[in-house]
Amino acid sequence: MPFIRPVAGRAATAFSRLWPALLSVGGLFLLWEAYAQLSGIPPTTLPAPSRVLMQGALQHRALWDNTLPTLTATLLGFACSVSAAFALSVLIDFFRPLRRALLPVFVISQTLPMIAIAPLVVLWFGFGLAPKIMLVALVTFFPMLIALVQGYAATADEIEQLVASMGAPRWRIFLIARLPSALPFFFAGLRISITYAVVGAIFSEYAGAAKGLGIYILNAKNNFRPDLVLAAVTVSATLTLLLFGATVLIQRLSMPWLRLSGSESP
Amino acid sequence: MSVARLELRGIAKAFGDLQVLGELSIAVGKGEFVSVLGPSGSGKSTIFKLLTGALRPDTGAMLFDGAPLQPDHRPFAFMPQRDALMDWRRIIDNTTLGLEVQGIGRTAARRRVAPLFAEFGLSGFEHHYPAQLSGGMRQRAALLRTVVQDKDMLLLDEPFGALDALTRADMQRWLETMWSRHGWTTLLVTHDVREAVLLSDRIYVLSARPGRVIAEVAVPLPRPRRTGAAVAAIEAGILDLLLSAPTQRT
Repeated sequence: MPFIRPVAGRAATAFSRLWPALLSVGGLFLLWEAYAQLSGIPPTTLPAPSRVLMQGALQHRALWDNTLPTLTATLLGFACSVSAAFALSVLIDFFRPLRRALLPVFVISQTLPMIAIAPLVVLWFGFGLAPKIMLVALVTFFPMLIALVQGYAATADEIEQLVASMGAPRWRIFLIARLPSALPFFFAGLRISITYAVVGAIFSEYAGAAKGLGIYILNAKNNFRPDLVLAAVTVSATLTLLLFGATVLIQRLSMPWLRLSGSESP
Repeated sequence: MSVARLELRGIAKAFGDLQVLGELSIAVGKGEFVSVLGPSGSGKSTIFKLLTGALRPDTGAMLFDGAPLQPDHRPFAFMPQRDALMDWRRIIDNTTLGLEVQGIGRTAARRRVAPLFAEFGLSGFEHHYPAQLSGGMRQRAALLRTVVQDKDMLLLDEPFGALDALTRADMQRWLETMWSRHGWTTLLVTHDVREAVLLSDRIYVLSARPGRVIAEVAVPLPRPRRTGAAVAAIEAGILDLLLSAPTQRT
């Protein structure tokens, strides 16, 4: 008989798994609040969480105005990076020498310190969207490419031999066996990269932009408003979590068999 | 036996310095169930890699109905070790895989496999995923995927090796029933002596590496076969052969 995990009680399980995290994070914020209130430290040095939230709420218009460009740069850069990584991963899979030729280039691209590269890219390509897309792509491309190349390689030998024995040519073996085998790896890469993507977008704005959370943070800092810096950080963290959640959701929808087997992706 | 359905003549295969198969000759008649039985590393799976075209023999001839095997036309349906079901395909889409590769449309392919689900004990599981099925059911789905390709001959590579003993015995009985009913020409590779005796018309016993035939054993027992004195006697004889054979290592 098949075994199907009972649906009832799933919410309860989720809560029992979450409460330790809620408790520790909540406790941390309480400590912070108490310290900021009682120690007499000025809010221009360390604002209490309640002040961060209040000032953030007052500034919600400006925050939202600056979130949209960051979100645009994140999503566009990420889309470019994932498409390019996919195209290149396919090329590498069909033409193995490419791997040895190109991988060192991408490894080197990962060693470039963002702090040095971002201002240069802005200098070369201006304050518009293009340099931001490039910087987001730069930080997310490599993990996506590696995830895909590894995913193809993780195809079970028997499955490949089976499809080959049926008379499938190389490209069909790729479509039928290797590509779906790489799906869990693809999503693992997606989850990692999306968090890099938001940070990459904010950093590229920090190096120079007309609008965006990065430049908002820079301005707030220069105006001695750490409360607004932290409000913008809260927004960016929320944004990252939402995007992360979206990748998990997409994975669940596109890989329904994972929920049945109880197996997790790598 | 007039012209054998499949005949391997003097097949040898080496990987570098490692001689895996040495001068192997076997034949399978039409409608016959033949097993190749040998210890691990005797090159049993290599035989199938040669037949499916994944590897080329160093020497020897592979004949099908008397003519050399053509690389672009392989008359075999192959069932690999373990079940090789694709986690991401529902059972019905796993079983139509071979038809799909042959270029048959999804609807037509499904129409062809659907009536077979009852006979394979898989009714009602068409739209389940492999992870929802037991080991025995997965093997039956894998065999269904193999036979529905409608090829001239089945190649089974230790198909029940990953199952627990009880399920394996159950599956062997079931396979014998299915084979008796359909008369598939079958070549089975196994290291399970009892499995070979229960299922085969003839058994080729291979030596350790480099694999060569050390004995050809006919199993003239009536079907359906059940474990008993007659099966045990043949089983003991083959075990003696395997254990007393000189172990050569290269």
